[in-house]
Amino acid sequence: MLAVFVVCALFALLGLILGYSARRFKVEGDPLVDKIDAVLPQTQCGQCGFPGCRPYAEAIARGDADINQCPPGGEEGVIALADLLGVEPKPLSAEHGIEKPKSVAIIDESKCIGCTLCIQACPVDAILGAAKHMHTVIASECTGCELCVAPCPVDCIRMEPVKETLATWRWPEPKAVGQ
Amino acid sequence: MNLFKLWNFHGGLHLDGHKQESCKAPLAVARLPERLLFPLQQRNGEDSKPVVAPGDRVLKGQVIARDDHPFYPPIHASSSGIVRKIEDLPLPHPSGLTGSCIVIETDGEDAAMDFAGIEDYRQCSPDELRRRIYEAGIVGLGGAAFPTSVKVAPGSDRKVDTLILNGAECEPYITCDDSLLSHYPNHVLEGAKILLQILKAERCLLAVEDDMPDALAALEKAKQRGGFEAIQLVRVPAIYPTGGEKQLISLLTGREVPTRGIPADIGIVCQNVGTAAAVYNAVVHGTPLISRIVTVTGLGVKQPQNVLARIGTPFADLIQQCGGYTNEAERLVLGGPMMGFDVPTDNLPLTKSANCILVAGRNELIGEKRSLPCIRCGACAEACPVNLLPQQLYWYGRSDQIERALDYNLFDCIECGSCDVVCPSHIPLVQHFRATKGKAIAKRREREKADHARLRFESRQARKEQEKRERAEAAKRKKENLGTGKSPEILDAIERAKLRRAEKSAPSSEGAAQIDGDKQETVVPPAGAETRRESAKVVHTETPPGGPESEAQAVPSEID
Repeated sequence: MLAVFVVCALFALLGLILGYSARRFKVEGDPLVDKIDAVLPQTQCGQCGFPGCRPYAEAIARGDADINQCPPGGEEGVIALADLLGVEPKPLSAEHGIEKPKSVAIIDESKCIGCTLCIQACPVDAILGAAKHMHTVIASECTGCELCVAPCPVDCIRMEPVKETLATWRWPEPKAVGQ
Repeated sequence: MNLFKLWNFHGGLHLDGHKQESCKAPLAVARLPERLLFPLQQRNGEDSKPVVAPGDRVLKGQVIARDDHPFYPPIHASSSGIVRKIEDLPLPHPSGLTGSCIVIETDGEDAAMDFAGIEDYRQCSPDELRRRIYEAGIVGLGGAAFPTSVKVAPGSDRKVDTLILNGAECEPYITCDDSLLSHYPNHVLEGAKILLQILKAERCLLAVEDDMPDALAALEKAKQRGGFEAIQLVRVPAIYPTGGEKQLISLLTGREVPTRGIPADIGIVCQNVGTAAAVYNAVVHGTPLISRIVTVTGLGVKQPQNVLARIGTPFADLIQQCGGYTNEAERLVLGGPMMGFDVPTDNLPLTKSANCILVAGRNELIGEKRSLPCIRCGACAEACPVNLLPQQLYWYGRSDQIERALDYNLFDCIECGSCDVVCPSHIPLVQHFRATKGKAIAKRREREKADHARLRFESRQARKEQEKRERAEAAKRKKENLGTGKSPEILDAIERAKLRRAEKSAPSSEGAAQIDGDKQETVVPPAGAETRRESAKVVHTETPPGGPESEAQAVPSEID
């Protein structure tokens, strides 16, 4: 009889503790979405079929999207997602595009007519300008998403690979000698 | 001197010095080259801004480029001549990348600016001395080219008690510091005194390796003249890499610089002996850093020797002065055989940090041998002067486990190459570590850029959301007002209009007929503007007997 009482009391106590901590330590938002979002490259290019990296992260978390739909993240990104979600990595899905070298948008300012269409298209506000005034890309803010290229009515935006400087240069892997 | 207690550091190697080749010849003074090249970029930063234009005549010691950043001191012309152009040229950097350089065609006159030195620097404040060091363009001459004015400003929270002057030239082949100490011991000792004054440190330890007898003798002799009591000469064993900053500090003081810390954290500032001499020249003579001693050596050069050369001199000129290339010449290395790097051309300018030009002959250096798998013998860990586990770092680096490599303190690696030398499998470990470091840095940068882009994307989304909400609200308000006229102001106005119409229609029916037929403007009676405004003002407080403005508002809803 006493045993039953003790067990019941213990259950009640633990229940209270659990109930309290569920309220006290409640996690706001979905931590899985945040974790996925942290792995994505934040190019905001929409090549995955979702309007931005966070919506894609949400879709992955819901199970609506696969992990191989992000070309800017590349193979490395797929592997990171696979590690995070505990699934097998798979090759990048071709229908969403191919992995390209990092590039930055450049506006040919002599051709720009100041239509503001690219400004509206840029997901990270990296284009500066006003109606009927020349626009320019803030290169350090550009994610290379290419979303500004298509809307331009005079085709004055081109993508250029990011140039290597002394600050970005890295030692290469040693060459395998005689192998 | 011999009573000084030396500590030790882990690992290290006894290497074949190859010092005799270059130090047995007397110090030569380099000829004035036809062209001097000055890269605008210093230490991987932004380009300094040129303050001269092509066609300008410059004097020796004139500032030709500067940057306001404390990390990038001004660049000075090292001889007089005409600025020919500012163009992209190959840089003396392992990447082989090009960068903007100022090209000066010398005129042979070597006309100098008026340099104003201060004989009695004891009156100067530390800040004034630091400013002079900055203006003289002095950076660490030991190889890292860290700006000296920054290094001697450790901050008020760090108390520096010891200045260490590094004359321990541990790397094989290099003898430029040996040569400097033998020829200019006074400059180094005087420079040490100035640095002691800036740092308010009590003592200076001048470390010289025990295989540099000429330098030691010269220093002893100079010291006997008196006035250098705070400076102590210390003979250190010639073990590679004694000349590494952290290794020398361990050896001399037994203190260890913390990971991610700087020597000033443990009360020490370490400077190369050449830097001390440059400080002396800058403060007492007012001359900027426009020349240095460089060792030109190796089997590939006919007369290996030390050369006092102008900064900006192309390597080709220096090698030519040393008799030119021999038939043996195969590799051109900037720096020593352990920590130097191959450069593809001799058309590169001498920089402040270049201590050695090594023209290696066939099989003179540890070449690229076929590397075999790691047998985990642990020889590298025994040789490592930083107490790392190179075999683990290699393991994690090869398998792209960068986080793990960082856990094993990859970034404490000083890339001295000791592990490469002892590896029985000839694995180029340091190259692997450099590549892994590069990957780690690139990854961190990418992450930072992604976080920044996320922030910008999210704030843009928030702004668009808000704009949408505001537009919707505005539209809703407009619709409500138009449709039902529920807004109290409008109801009031309607009331007033009704009243007014009633009043007007009593005396004559003409006005009412007009309202029905015409637009609101026609309703406005040609009353005085003053009365109109007055009535508008009181609209909200009470209901006036009617005014043209309230009438105008009311009319459309009545028509509806």
